[in-house]
Amino acid sequence: MRGCPQGMTVLRPQSAGEAVSLFAENPAARPLAGGTDFMVLWNMGEADGQTMLDLSGVREWRSIRKTAAGLSIGALVTHAELRDDPVVRREFPLLAQAASVVGAEQIQNRGTLGGNIANASPAADTLPALAVYEATVKTVSRKGARGLPLLQTFAGVKRTSLEPGELIAAIDIPYLPKKPYRQLFRKVGTRAALAISKTVAAGLVWLERDRTVRELRFALGSMAPTVRRLRAAEDMVRGKRLSRELAAEACELLPRDVSPIDDLRSTAAYRLHVSQNLLSDFLLG
Amino acid sequence: MISLTVNGRKRNFKGPPFKRLIDVLREDFGLTGTKEGCGEGECGACTVLVDGKPAASCLIPICQMAGRRIETVESLGPPGRLSPLQRSFQEHAGTQCGFCAPGLLMTASRLKETGADAVRVGLSGHLCRCTGYMHIVESVTKATRPRRKR
Repeated sequence: MRGCPQGMTVLRPQSAGEAVSLFAENPAARPLAGGTDFMVLWNMGEADGQTMLDLSGVREWRSIRKTAAGLSIGALVTHAELRDDPVVRREFPLLAQAASVVGAEQIQNRGTLGGNIANASPAADTLPALAVYEATVKTVSRKGARGLPLLQTFAGVKRTSLEPGELIAAIDIPYLPKKPYRQLFRKVGTRAALAISKTVAAGLVWLERDRTVRELRFALGSMAPTVRRLRAAEDMVRGKRLSRELAAEACELLPRDVSPIDDLRSTAAYRLHVSQNLLSDFLLG
Repeated sequence: MISLTVNGRKRNFKGPPFKRLIDVLREDFGLTGTKEGCGEGECGACTVLVDGKPAASCLIPICQMAGRRIETVESLGPPGRLSPLQRSFQEHAGTQCGFCAPGLLMTASRLKETGADAVRVGLSGHLCRCTGYMHIVESVTKATRPRRKR
């Protein structure tokens, strides 16, 4: 069952440049960050005989940097570091909260933000927060560097749109232009820790004085093959005054952007209903 | 060769770099206190401290541990000279089959707050299938332990 260590080849770059070169020379290699997702597969004997590109020696990708526009979070920053970072907690509290519910302490100390993105699980807890903060995924490859809007980074369940030889270097998050009126992060799982989400939500809303919606951003995970922003509901409420009727109307639009399924963790009906309640409660406060 | 510090002692590992930390500890270094439960990072049984922080040793290839400082349950206290925390687990029936105890002890040894609620949150990454959690939480809250240094 278990993977066989003798069958694995490990490449250990010590710098970003070396990582890019080694990946270009070994395009079939599998990038490894904290290993909290990959090693589960490997322990099941489902990932044997591979070449691993162990990124844990790449120091450049381990820090959180302030830029003029926002924060640039290195791909190898752990969930525990995000959870505890004072600037992340102040500027991007939904991301800090999301990081604090990934697995449990033992996973948060090892798992990384870049790994959470690269693994592309529909249930990844940090992704709805990154989606409402409109993060950009910065990558490097031999062809150069580029930035991908977060939502375009995912191609499907456990699939990214990264090209062969392309590695995530950082996640850039712009500061919010104005403090939101209300914000929400909520993970719904079977228990408080060590649960995989049935649905996971992040929301930001800005209101005018008369409760007219200036802007709504709401994202859901575990509700579609990839993380989704609720574009139909977001567009519909813009410029309208908040009311019970408006919230109900917004909830009706949820299925335009998500397509929950029945699986071992939950049912499509439960997921949709709970997600609609989360949106409604968020809008009505 | 991979060099690391285990329970204060420098160790070298010359085997395959993708061997898991838990297997190196148990098979190569003879430290069988650390147990493997689920192999998926969901039960906490295999928890050891890596540079002072709890981590699931079943999810770590040894190549990522070069230069790191590992502490296992054997670092707490040898038989006959158990730490106050270990003695408290004995006194308050925090251990039944014992499989989850080494991991629980490692996380509990690092908890900064020892009120019942803080302990419950702090130990939420550990599953016990025998005792229920009341005795475990009590074992931690009632332990009179000198703060571990560092």
